[in-house]
Amino acid sequence: MPASVLSRQLSDNGALIERHWRELNDRRRLYTTLGLAVLALTLFASLWFANDSNAGKFVDRLPHFFDFVGDLMPRDAMEILRALFDLPSPYDDGSFKYNYPEGRLYVTDSLYIPEYVHKMLETVNIAIFSTLIGAFFGFILCFLAARNLTPSAWVRGPVRRVMEILRAFPEVVIAGFFLAILSLGPIPAIAAVSIHTIGALGKLFFEVVENADMKPEEGLRAVGGNWIERVWFGIVPQVLPNFTSYFLLRLEINVRASTIIGAVGGGGIGELLRLSIGQGHQAKTLAIVLLLFATIFAVDHFSAWLRRRLVGDQAFQLAQ
Amino acid sequence: MIASTKPSALEMEAIAARHAHLVQSSSKEGLKPMLICIGLVLYLAFSWWFFSIGHVLANANWGIAGTYLADWVSYEVRPEIEINPDGTMAVSYGRHSPLGKDPNPEWVMLDKEEVTRAIEAPAAATQARSKASSSFNFMAPDAALGAASAADQQTAVASRTEEVVTRAVVTYDRATRIEVSDKLVAATHAGETVTIMVDGSDRVTAQGDLPPWATQKRRGAKITLSFGLTGWAEIEGNEVSIRNRFFGWANFLFDTNSPFFGKSYGEVARLILSGDRIDPARSNLSLAWDNILYNAEWQHLDVWTKLLQTVVMAFVGTVFASLIAFPLCFLAARNITPSRVTNQLVKRFFDFLRSVDMFIWALFFTRAFGPGPLAGISAIFFTDTGTLGKLYSEALENIDDKQREGVKSVGAPPIAVQRFGVLPQVLPVFASQALYFWESNTRSATIIGAVGAGGIGLKLWEAMRTNSDWENVAYMVLLILMVVFVFDSISNACRSRLMGRSGH
Repeated sequence: MPASVLSRQLSDNGALIERHWRELNDRRRLYTTLGLAVLALTLFASLWFANDSNAGKFVDRLPHFFDFVGDLMPRDAMEILRALFDLPSPYDDGSFKYNYPEGRLYVTDSLYIPEYVHKMLETVNIAIFSTLIGAFFGFILCFLAARNLTPSAWVRGPVRRVMEILRAFPEVVIAGFFLAILSLGPIPAIAAVSIHTIGALGKLFFEVVENADMKPEEGLRAVGGNWIERVWFGIVPQVLPNFTSYFLLRLEINVRASTIIGAVGGGGIGELLRLSIGQGHQAKTLAIVLLLFATIFAVDHFSAWLRRRLVGDQAFQLAQ
Repeated sequence: MIASTKPSALEMEAIAARHAHLVQSSSKEGLKPMLICIGLVLYLAFSWWFFSIGHVLANANWGIAGTYLADWVSYEVRPEIEINPDGTMAVSYGRHSPLGKDPNPEWVMLDKEEVTRAIEAPAAATQARSKASSSFNFMAPDAALGAASAADQQTAVASRTEEVVTRAVVTYDRATRIEVSDKLVAATHAGETVTIMVDGSDRVTAQGDLPPWATQKRRGAKITLSFGLTGWAEIEGNEVSIRNRFFGWANFLFDTNSPFFGKSYGEVARLILSGDRIDPARSNLSLAWDNILYNAEWQHLDVWTKLLQTVVMAFVGTVFASLIAFPLCFLAARNITPSRVTNQLVKRFFDFLRSVDMFIWALFFTRAFGPGPLAGISAIFFTDTGTLGKLYSEALENIDDKQREGVKSVGAPPIAVQRFGVLPQVLPVFASQALYFWESNTRSATIIGAVGAGGIGLKLWEAMRTNSDWENVAYMVLLILMVVFVFDSISNACRSRLMGRSGH
């Protein structure tokens, strides 16, 4: 760029524009710096607070960080497989640490399901069952919460509020409440996960419905279809692929959720994992972690594959 | 007109006959939804059996569910009316009564009387001793003296007077009251009155038939009266237990040990503003604030600290996760880093972090750092590095290449290409995803807390396990809901500013 261009005197108007631009730029820089400073400050304050209220201090505990890896080493690698498939261990000394065959669930006299596989199936079943229940009620509620199908704000508002509360209500509390009424078992977990799923899927569903094409519905309205007919024949066929996709996404999340709820509320593999980590049973812990990892991985990939088939690439906006 | 456009049945048939392929779907297509439905029904039936839902629901204690739910927003005051065999009574409220140490509520009316007791436990003891001394007398020469002293003692006991309750009237509400006097319990509820005789030890006999709100398992056993939401009562041979339920949270600000307990807001305000110092060492305001924070029943300070921990866990975990995921996602995106091996390695690493769930990480880190928010932060950080990394690299793979080419074509170095060609496209998406996960982690941080990873989860879980602190559970749930809604709106507002209207 020639120097004469840079040194050229600007007209009043040009100088004004340049000044405004500078001010704007400076202000934006200032805001960015301030924002980052506030973020950093909050972060350090939070870290200090977290460290202060933790049982072990970060700096003290850091050298012991990988202790848990040592805690996890079984006596030999085959132990993990033995724990996983309930085979007798050569180290068996009668303690709970090596009593792998005791959890066997016999189907016939010789054929058995290993304990952890059985519990994992239970957890996955909890997830599927409660996702189905949640999706059923979410399906019913979502049409009442959609602006284009329910014009009355008096219906829409309360339905949306109910879904928000169901979504934000801590799952631990629902599980704990049902645990107090029902006996120990998978039903508190089912209740907790289903109730949360109603809220979560209801919200995703009604957003899909609000984006649906209204022309089929108008057509049905023109020939005198009532509300249910309009929804069932005009809207449902368009939104069903997206609904299924969200259903599968939720299923992935619920497999994880039902594991955690199982750990606190009894039932499923979560409880076994918590117990075996707490008691320091290395091979058992690793077997469960391996099984959980494989299951979650399989469910995630199966659902991703199915979703891609159903709705194409738009299925990959992750939502919770 | 709708009616005129609707074809008649005959016309419909004609149309259907002409376009049969439109009206009748092929048998294969018709079968598919039906098969799915049958499969679903079969699965549901299987699950019903697998979880033995029917059995569990039938054996559930539904009666107690109502009580637990009522406990969320109300509390019980529990006077116990003890009935002696002679018909006199004593009323006690238990050690942890919400009414404080020496309650005298106006809904319990007591008629008191001074009674001189002749036979009482200490008297019996003296009697026994005097008997012993009299047998001693028999042998000893100074019999008269000993007998006199024994008689003295006995008169001292006999002349001891005591205040006892002769009649107690407990008013639950206008339609419900219980009157106890002279070993007769008269309970009135919903216009019906039942009179129950007690004997002061273990027999309970109702006069006449019991109304539907009263139950007795067998003759002579205790009778339970339930008055719905106003409370209930249990009548035993020597005791009437009253359970009177009041709406609200008892002693929410000051517990019964606080000097401010039982005072109206006006009185408390006056004490704080102009009263004499209760504790000479500090002002009334700081005393009141301290009493509120360390309220033994509600533990406000502890609850708030734990809630802050939960918030901090979600915040720090998400910030760190996005900071680490940010550079890694460039390695994972195949249009940015051409090496297939690096792409796959980083992507599988993300998959690993994600699939070893937040819950497992939480259990491990609780062992590494001890229970507390550090474990929660690390768990969220590990899981979300995986999730955010995956999402970020997908966002990178979907960018528009033209901007990059433009920057490249003017000879910019690789760093500048990323900075000016890629970042402006993805930064709003990145920030929006991070905000979204911050919000959703605020919710999930509650539950990993319950396994020991810090925050309010464990406190919540402990409060529930006692089955008697449901009002504390309600309080914490309310706080959590408030926090979640606040962060929801903050994150939503930020996200819609970042992404425009389509950001939702």
